[in-house]
Amino acid sequence: MSVGPIIEIKSLQKTFPGQTGKITALQDINLQIMEKDIFGIIGASGAGKSTLVRCINFLERPSAGTVFFNGHDLSMLSDKELRKARQSMGMIFQQFNLLLQRTALANICFPMEIAGYSKAEAKERAKELLELVHLADKANAYPSQLSGGQKQRIAIARALATNPKVLLCDEATSALDPNSTASILALLKDINEKLGITIIIITHEMSVIEQICNRVAIIDQSQIAECGEMAQIFANPKTQAAQKLVFPEKSVSAQFQNKAHSIRIVFNGNSSFEPVIANMVLTCKAPVNIIYADTKNIDGKAFGQIVIQLPEDKTSAERMIHYLKARDLAIEEVGEIL
Amino acid sequence: MSSELILMMIKGIGETLYMTLGSALFAYLLGLPLGVILIITDKDGICPHSKINSILGAIVNIVRSFPFIILLIAIIPFTRLIVGTSIGSTATMVPLIISAAPFIARLVESSLKEVDKGVIEAAQSMGASTMQIICKVLLPEAKPSLILGSAIATTTILGYTAMAGFTGGGGLGDIAIRYGFHKYQNDVMIITVILLVIIVQFLQEFGNRYAAHCDKRK
Ligand SMILES: Nc1ncnc2c1ncn2[C@@H]1O[C@H](COP(=O)(O)OP(=O)(O)OP(=O)(O)O)[C@@H](O)[C@H]1O
Ligand SMILES: [Mg+2]
Repeated sequence: MSVGPIIEIKSLQKTFPGQTGKITALQDINLQIMEKDIFGIIGASGAGKSTLVRCINFLERPSAGTVFFNGHDLSMLSDKELRKARQSMGMIFQQFNLLLQRTALANICFPMEIAGYSKAEAKERAKELLELVHLADKANAYPSQLSGGQKQRIAIARALATNPKVLLCDEATSALDPNSTASILALLKDINEKLGITIIIITHEMSVIEQICNRVAIIDQSQIAECGEMAQIFANPKTQAAQKLVFPEKSVSAQFQNKAHSIRIVFNGNSSFEPVIANMVLTCKAPVNIIYADTKNIDGKAFGQIVIQLPEDKTSAERMIHYLKARDLAIEEVGEIL
Repeated sequence: MSSELILMMIKGIGETLYMTLGSALFAYLLGLPLGVILIITDKDGICPHSKINSILGAIVNIVRSFPFIILLIAIIPFTRLIVGTSIGSTATMVPLIISAAPFIARLVESSLKEVDKGVIEAAQSMGASTMQIICKVLLPEAKPSLILGSAIATTTILGYTAMAGFTGGGGLGDIAIRYGFHKYQNDVMIITVILLVIIVQFLQEFGNRYAAHCDKRK
């Protein structure tokens, strides 16, 4: 682990000239992204996510503020140095952006051609990368012959070609079906663990963040509303923007406010995936009402949340809470107990 | 048909192809870079430069608005300077090149405009320089469209070679005008026109097929 953050954003601001005066896309953004983080940036459409990620590799020049990459202030670099720095930051996109007239293999060779690798060297590394993304058999396929998920895998291989330190993902799974999304996210996690690459994920879907991020920033109306450990924010969203994202169907808390004895159980990957509620009911020998449930099994760990209504009987209710707490589950009361 | 006539036709075909393909080649040497500069210096381009863009754009528009026959006569001194004479097939190529180059620049510009901005952005995110984006992204990605454009440009130039008669350039168009229009030999005119139609068809079809062959998007 290095001392400083790999990416540090300080009082960043970005405005665009618009027809009716300036459009502020980003305002007073401060972020620190540590090495080997999988850092999620989530927000509604138009919040400024794409603009933020494009400021990180200076595809968009900030109007004010600084971006440090590996300790270097990007605004101080010459054009040539900046292009060099970009070779250490891979990027993948919602629309894949593959070269349509090149084969998968040639697409992966592309950034290496730019960086001045020899043809043979590039080809060899491209083949290794095809293995890494499990598409060795598609080397000679053109993008038009690949599915969305496969295209994104090629794009990931391409982004990794020049051994970047950071991988920027702008809505990388938004054009994919749930299965492809899950497999792309698993691949990204794998890359993060195996190659130690820092990953920054832009998304508007909380489920994406839940599945792989360790830290998250919530961006709302051009500003960072909340930023911190993913588990903490997920268990205890403070701002309204965060709550909206954690409870996609309006606010679950608000919805069940008047239902007595309701609690929200948060699974943030600390517990293994097991039928917790069923076991609890069996152990405590009292029934509960499941009001809302949305859980996922990721790598054998449980993610998501369940809202249940505890039994009227106070002792049973307490035993249940005790049972859940013993399993290291975060619990939030959404309707008053008693 | 007399053997004399056949020989004349063969010579006409040769002159037409020489002027057409020769002019197309040189016109592309001018028009292609011009089209590239127009697209990259555009305000949404990879290297925006409004002054260069508007000056070049204006020159292109002015040259394109000249009727060919006027251009042909107006630049006779210039033609003489370059090829040493103002008559013959080679001399005719000079005005053909000058009038085709800006047209080709616009064709190239519109082909390159079709390249997805996202792909260009991806190349930028990898640290590609402007030159690398031109050579490795813009031109290769637009290749099928550029080929189709060149078929259009070549057949258009072929149409203009018919006016080569004015400068003694020869070619099929010249024969058609001389024999058909001035001497009322309709049979000669019809044959030359049929030959021109066949050449245009061939060039266009070749362009279409080659473009389709190169296009990996389908
Ligand atoms: N090049 C531009 N010129 C003018 N305004 C822009 C430009 N790019 C972005 N904006 C504006 O900045 C704001 C933020 O845009 P941005 O694309 O970053 O949003 P986003 O969070 O990525 O949204 P989405 O989820 O829809 O992709 C929007 O109001 C948008 O209209
Ligand atoms: Mg966006």
